[in-house]
Amino acid sequence: MNTEFPLWEVFIRSHGGLQHKHVGSLHAVDATMALENARDVYTRRQEGVSIWVVPSNAITASDPADSDAFFEPAKDKIYRHPTFYQVPDNVKHM
Amino acid sequence: MTQLLQLEDRFQARIDAEQKIEPKDWMPDAYRKTLIRQISQHAHSEIVGMLPEGNWITRAPSLRRKVALLAKVQDEAGHGLYLYAAAETLGVSRDQMYEELHAGKAKYSSIFNYPTLSWADIGAVGWLVDGAAIMNQVPLCKCSFGPYARAMVRVCKEESFHQRQGFEIMMTLAHGTPAQHKMAQESLNRWWWPSMMMFGPNDDASPHSAQSMRWKIKRYSNDDLRQKFVDVMAEQAAVLGLTIPDPDMHWNADRGHYDFGTIDWKEFDEILRGNGPCNKERLDARNKAWNDGAWVREAATAFAAKRKSATA
Ligand SMILES: [Fe+2]
Ligand SMILES: [Fe+2]
Repeated sequence: MNTEFPLWEVFIRSHGGLQHKHVGSLHAVDATMALENARDVYTRRQEGVSIWVVPSNAITASDPADSDAFFEPAKDKIYRHPTFYQVPDNVKHM
Repeated sequence: MTQLLQLEDRFQARIDAEQKIEPKDWMPDAYRKTLIRQISQHAHSEIVGMLPEGNWITRAPSLRRKVALLAKVQDEAGHGLYLYAAAETLGVSRDQMYEELHAGKAKYSSIFNYPTLSWADIGAVGWLVDGAAIMNQVPLCKCSFGPYARAMVRVCKEESFHQRQGFEIMMTLAHGTPAQHKMAQESLNRWWWPSMMMFGPNDDASPHSAQSMRWKIKRYSNDDLRQKFVDVMAEQAAVLGLTIPDPDMHWNADRGHYDFGTIDWKEFDEILRGNGPCNKERLDARNKAWNDGAWVREAATAFAAKRKSATA
């Protein structure tokens, strides 16, 4: 008797000007129900001004088992960071 | 074989370094099983925990008390959802967890098998039961499993209002008429020992604790948390002008803690075995809610399918 509703991921913008952030998940038959349930469960104390719901199975995630190799290209590029560059102490506002 | 040992070593090293484990990371089977058991039991407790309090919503003594209790019980439903969702990330389905609960195979906190006999019990539950739950839950915010830890952060944020509303009810009754004071004291008498049991068996009788500590699922032992609870509650009871029903409770200056009496573990075991005052009633209520809701779930699914085909 598998009656389980599809799973949705919930993202909330807590204040105007901020990005949406993942807050959790829930089951709902469709996007409308997912939005309403997300409002009832995740914004009972005005935690948000905007909600996104995304079907969980629509998300493609990187594989943690491959993360060393996957993120490797950025590892040795220290010249992408400001601290890589020498600037005399008396230079201000930089 | 050696590969498995290597994976286990690396896993433990990550835990020791206070790194969080996420659902898709490799983890030992036993870690996964322990978490599924613990998180689902925790979720069931939130859901079944709505029943003793729901009992008083329609009879709350004022509108202020009623909206507060409604909001609290609604929060507990949310806690159940956060926790079920965290357990689902480990590969167990929501229906599986429900089925186990409804079949009486899953455990939930023994405390919810006691009845709420008077309005004062709503005060005592908020003050003591949510108070004990908070003490258990705050360390779980740092649990090694990411989804569980994050769910607990949300839960703990919401819990503090629960305990304060309970304390306020106790305060009002304890400082009210003599009859109200008596009602508050009797309620404390009923709920004290069951609340003490919420921290679980004594450390020497808690076989899984050591492994859970090593995995940083658990941060403090049952007895340590219980002692903390006693120390806090002894002082809060004094503010209420109520007496904790334990003749052995005394301040021990040498230990810097309150001493307290022995818990009746036979009563605890009986409840776990299903023989508490309300075990049957709670299970029946959950089954009834689930079965009565079947047509709603079917209708919602059918309606969604209809809408989808209309827009396709
Ligand atoms: Fe809760
Ligand atoms: Fe609570």
